[in-house]
Amino acid sequence: MELARYSSRRRANGIAVFASVSATVIGMAILAVILGVLLWKGFGGLSLRVFTQMTPPPGSDGGLLNAIMGSLIMTGLGILIGTPIGMLAGTYMAEYGRHEKLTSVIRFINDILLSAPSIVVGLFIYEVMVRPMGHFSGVAGAVALAVLVVPVVVRTTEDMLVLVPNTLREAAASIGLPRALMIRQIGYRAARAGIITGILLAIARVAGETAPLLFTALNNQFFTSNLNAPMASLPAVIFQFALSPYNEWQSLAWTGALIITLSVLALSILARSLAGTRKTS
Amino acid sequence: MVDVAWQHEDEASQDVAERARVLQKLKASDTFFRILTRSAAIFVLMMLGGVIISLISGSIPAFREFGFSFVSTQIWNPVTEKFGAVAPIYGTIVTSFLAMLIAVPFGLLIAMFLTELCPLWLRRPIGIAIELLAGIPSIIYGIWGLFVLAPFFADHVQPTLIAATRNIPVLSTLFAGPPYGIGIFTASIILAIMVLPFITSISRDVFDAVPPVLKEAAYGLGCSTWEVMRFVVLPYTRVGVIGGVMLGLGRALGETMAVTFVIGNAHKINASLLAPGTTIAATIANEFTEAVGDLYTSSLIALGLILFVITFIVLALARFLLMRIEGKVG
Repeated sequence: MELARYSSRRRANGIAVFASVSATVIGMAILAVILGVLLWKGFGGLSLRVFTQMTPPPGSDGGLLNAIMGSLIMTGLGILIGTPIGMLAGTYMAEYGRHEKLTSVIRFINDILLSAPSIVVGLFIYEVMVRPMGHFSGVAGAVALAVLVVPVVVRTTEDMLVLVPNTLREAAASIGLPRALMIRQIGYRAARAGIITGILLAIARVAGETAPLLFTALNNQFFTSNLNAPMASLPAVIFQFALSPYNEWQSLAWTGALIITLSVLALSILARSLAGTRKTS
Repeated sequence: MVDVAWQHEDEASQDVAERARVLQKLKASDTFFRILTRSAAIFVLMMLGGVIISLISGSIPAFREFGFSFVSTQIWNPVTEKFGAVAPIYGTIVTSFLAMLIAVPFGLLIAMFLTELCPLWLRRPIGIAIELLAGIPSIIYGIWGLFVLAPFFADHVQPTLIAATRNIPVLSTLFAGPPYGIGIFTASIILAIMVLPFITSISRDVFDAVPPVLKEAAYGLGCSTWEVMRFVVLPYTRVGVIGGVMLGLGRALGETMAVTFVIGNAHKINASLLAPGTTIAATIANEFTEAVGDLYTSSLIALGLILFVITFIVLALARFLLMRIEGKVG
């Protein structure tokens, strides 16, 4: 009787362990298959042409230059707009209002913005920028990305400044440094690695965003540096080309997907190693 | 104070009037910085307010025209300008539900492997791999789903499913019809793959927060690994795990690109999971730029508002639960 109970417990444990190991193996296998297919399909189309020519009309050769440039411009601008706002807000929450009710409200709202559907952000910017301006534009795309950057930067800035030891602040205050100077010269310096990690993660997040660009920046067959005109971006081009029936377009979509994935993965690995060195030192 | 702050500037003066002027300047810059950071913080609040207000104002024409029937009818006809949101709402809920049905057990099992079974040297690489999976942009899952997963499902998985469930009453309705490859079923699988890393990493974090002494006591009594998980770790971390699941659900509900590629964009509720359908996010992504006429655009924005309200509630609930567990641990 005892023995039967013992062996049934053993069996239950064996099943659970087996399920746990297989779930992990399946998870890893999926990651391997996704990256493998991406490399296999994407590398075929990777050549210098991709970086030097514009997106082609159907049926002819071309590259992704305008899409890559558009992505760089809009991501860069989005980061430039979003980072200062996020850093300042995070600074207030960690330095001035750490125990205020306002701060917990903002933290709660910020966490929701952090995982809110990005397509809703696209609709928001459409309503406040595209509709009043009367046309799609690169600058609207950049602002939409900035809205996604802010919550990421707020979160990391606050987290990192809270980690700065209070003794540093007290030391600065004791020699008479005004608070604003103390934050800028002591706080930011101590939290620098963490804040940079946050910015890198924000870049990685928005670089692959498609949904908010679809109806803000739209797309463009040609290169433009005019922020007032529709602008191409890698994700939007991938979306258009992958769903098209043309082979050349589909192959370019895979190449674009490879470029995006590699840059996003490189950014997150860089961010991670930066955060890692900070922890060990 | 002046001396320290101004030490790197040659103009530091002993003159009393000059010192007072510099002090005044420092005080002003201090106030300015405080106001600046405070306005930035309030700006974050206003961003959420702006999203809500602009969605509401954009959707007023649709709600005025259709009233309550917007959320109770299934017709979606741009030609006659009749719009009802039931099909996309149904698709959003069904795909997310199925995705969670698959991803939650998988995520918990992987988290169990990482915290209880995995050899130490393997823990970091697998953890990093899971987080890489979370970092891949959703459009990559979309293109992968369209060109790899959908054909594979159409040729191998779905015919088998249809044949295997032919004589079983409920399942034969769920898995009926031609194996298109694209549809609710494939979209749910893609969503499950996408939310798996979120659920795994949050579950792992809350599992790690269980005091070792609790687990050691259970092991000391002779519990097996499974029994420790089932009777010690899971009850202890229940709130956190539910929070993590809700967070994953919030992601799944609002996920756009991955779903848009494989859902088929059909405004129809079909009993079969293999049939094409649509979700709120996929409808907006597919139709917004082609929408002509104010009523069409407004209906799509109204869809966005519904999506935002649903995800807001789910995410707020998730944060609330996770905040409770953070308070407990910290």
